[in-house]
Amino acid sequence: MKKLMLASATLALIAGSATAEEVRVYNWSDYIDEALLEKFEADTGIKLIYDVFDSNELLETKMLAGGSGYDVVVPSGTFLQRQITAGAFQKLDMSKLPNMGNMWDVVSSRTEQYDPDNAYSINYMWGTTGIGVNLGKVKEALGDDAPIDSLELVLNPDNMAKLAECGVHMLDAPAEMIPMTLKFLSEDPDSHDPDVIAKAEPVLTAVRPHIQKFHSSEYINALANGDICVAIGWSGDILQARDRAAEAENGVEIAYHAAKEGAQMWFDQMAIPADAPNPDAAHTFLNFIMDAQNMADASNYVYYANGNLASQPLLEEDVIGDPAIYPDAATLENLFTTTPYPPKVQRVVTRMWTKIKSGT
Amino acid sequence: MRRFSLIAVPYIWLLALFLIPFLIVLKISLSDAALAIPPYTPQLDFAGGWDAVKTFFADLDFENFEFLTTDDLYWKAYLSSLKIALISTGFTLLIGYPVAYSMARAAPEWRPTLLMLVVLPFWTSFLIRVYAWMGILSNEGLLNQFLLWSGLISEPLTILNTNAAVYIGIVYTYLPFMILPIYSALEKMDDSLLEAAEDLGCSRTSAFWLVTIPLSKTGIIAGCFLVFIPTLGEFVIPSLLGGSQTLMIGKVLWEEFFNNRDWPVASAVAIILLLILIIPIILFQRNEQKQREAEDQ
Repeated sequence: MKKLMLASATLALIAGSATAEEVRVYNWSDYIDEALLEKFEADTGIKLIYDVFDSNELLETKMLAGGSGYDVVVPSGTFLQRQITAGAFQKLDMSKLPNMGNMWDVVSSRTEQYDPDNAYSINYMWGTTGIGVNLGKVKEALGDDAPIDSLELVLNPDNMAKLAECGVHMLDAPAEMIPMTLKFLSEDPDSHDPDVIAKAEPVLTAVRPHIQKFHSSEYINALANGDICVAIGWSGDILQARDRAAEAENGVEIAYHAAKEGAQMWFDQMAIPADAPNPDAAHTFLNFIMDAQNMADASNYVYYANGNLASQPLLEEDVIGDPAIYPDAATLENLFTTTPYPPKVQRVVTRMWTKIKSGT
Repeated sequence: MRRFSLIAVPYIWLLALFLIPFLIVLKISLSDAALAIPPYTPQLDFAGGWDAVKTFFADLDFENFEFLTTDDLYWKAYLSSLKIALISTGFTLLIGYPVAYSMARAAPEWRPTLLMLVVLPFWTSFLIRVYAWMGILSNEGLLNQFLLWSGLISEPLTILNTNAAVYIGIVYTYLPFMILPIYSALEKMDDSLLEAAEDLGCSRTSAFWLVTIPLSKTGIIAGCFLVFIPTLGEFVIPSLLGGSQTLMIGKVLWEEFFNNRDWPVASAVAIILLLILIIPIILFQRNEQKQREAEDQ
């Protein structure tokens, strides 16, 4: 009997379960208000299975291996572009997405760089890569006029030597750190020329001895606890650290700045895998997310900006009014985007990154 | 027939869980990276018939293995992993042997409890235990707070994100794998042998070195292998406890696979890792066999 049940369950899975509607969503960790998930099930009657990941690399490996079983996934811009080329996604059926009209052209015109005509994806959230500081400790180390909104703070060895004592973390992501360093050198941050990329190496090697760790998520806790005083990280993550520290009332005051020299802007895009078992339900989910109220609820919860214009009147003042989340027009002008490295250049970049980190 | 089926079970096990995955990885290591699903080429296409299979094999080459020799990163990572694995195995033995020895010397009614205590940590997820060490070793962690409180140090020690933390993590995690085989060898030991040695004029210390150690040799060797082999390819402990300067082949493998998205080169790295592990095992087995033959004569 048990065997029979198992067999029929497998069959139902293979058949794509045409009757019992469900949708499997694979999103970044800590990236949605859980109440929205319940609301989706209540509104549509579709069963929602929600899993999380914490790195684009992990998601990409699943997408390229195929048969992930997910209906909606959330890669970032450059990763999305590469996966579209590999044939990992299906084109969106616009007739099933009436809420498409809510999207914001400021964002969608930029995401076209990764996804021409936005044919495969919708924007979920976007943000910048910048500098998070523990105001008290940094001012103690560098004085009251510490350049907390400038790359001078983290790429100038003199400043870094003084900060090393209280701890500096950098993202373990060459695709973020190398464009940032090139921007500091007034080079094209999106350069794919190995000779230009190589110019970033001596700058990073010079500050390397003062960096405690390269990691892409630990800095949230480390900043909030006061274990470190400076982190290069993603806007929403550092704002989360700021709020955690404020809640803990531990005397730690965190501030986030997109570097004034120019900061990288990134986009997390929702897309439907080519082999998604439930593409119809996936479209229903995307349309639900693009609803103005739902998107506003999501941003109010995670402190990231979204690509939905209609949601903006519904955002809380501490989200829409915070220039760290919604930069003003001048800062927005100053943000740059990058495109994926071709495989040969990617290898050069990874190798250089290993050399910077480990000295080998 | 019955005997044959008895022998067949381990061989089928080996075939399904070792040889077939190994051949798949070997096949990928001879392919080229591609931006496709799956991300390498050529693909084996049985539908194309014999010709397709022939072109498939013609497209395979050893390019990726040659590539590994062009960059010193790889052999340095292998060497550094070997060093970390050897040193941690040494420390595990130094700590594990006295523990196993005192367990085997304990009163028989205590032994099951002691054994239980060694196995008990396995009831908690390995990952959670490594995370707990992050809490203990960090700058604001339990260890530093205790040392500061006791006045032994005035500045917190930086242990987390260094090689020292990696050694602590590895020795802690793999200690039971060292204790258990040594304990089982020591427990079986006949105490009258020690009495005989003392009757023949051996001091207690020399009896330990001349009788106890040789008799527990099988346990020591089994324990060392159980610790050394998984440590060599260890990824989780160095990535959670180690710093960026901790170079281990497991991390290099991860980078090839996830950052460079180069499954073929990642597979080549894995194949070489396997060869590094297999050679000492074969040498060890040869040695064992020779000894057995010598004893039989």
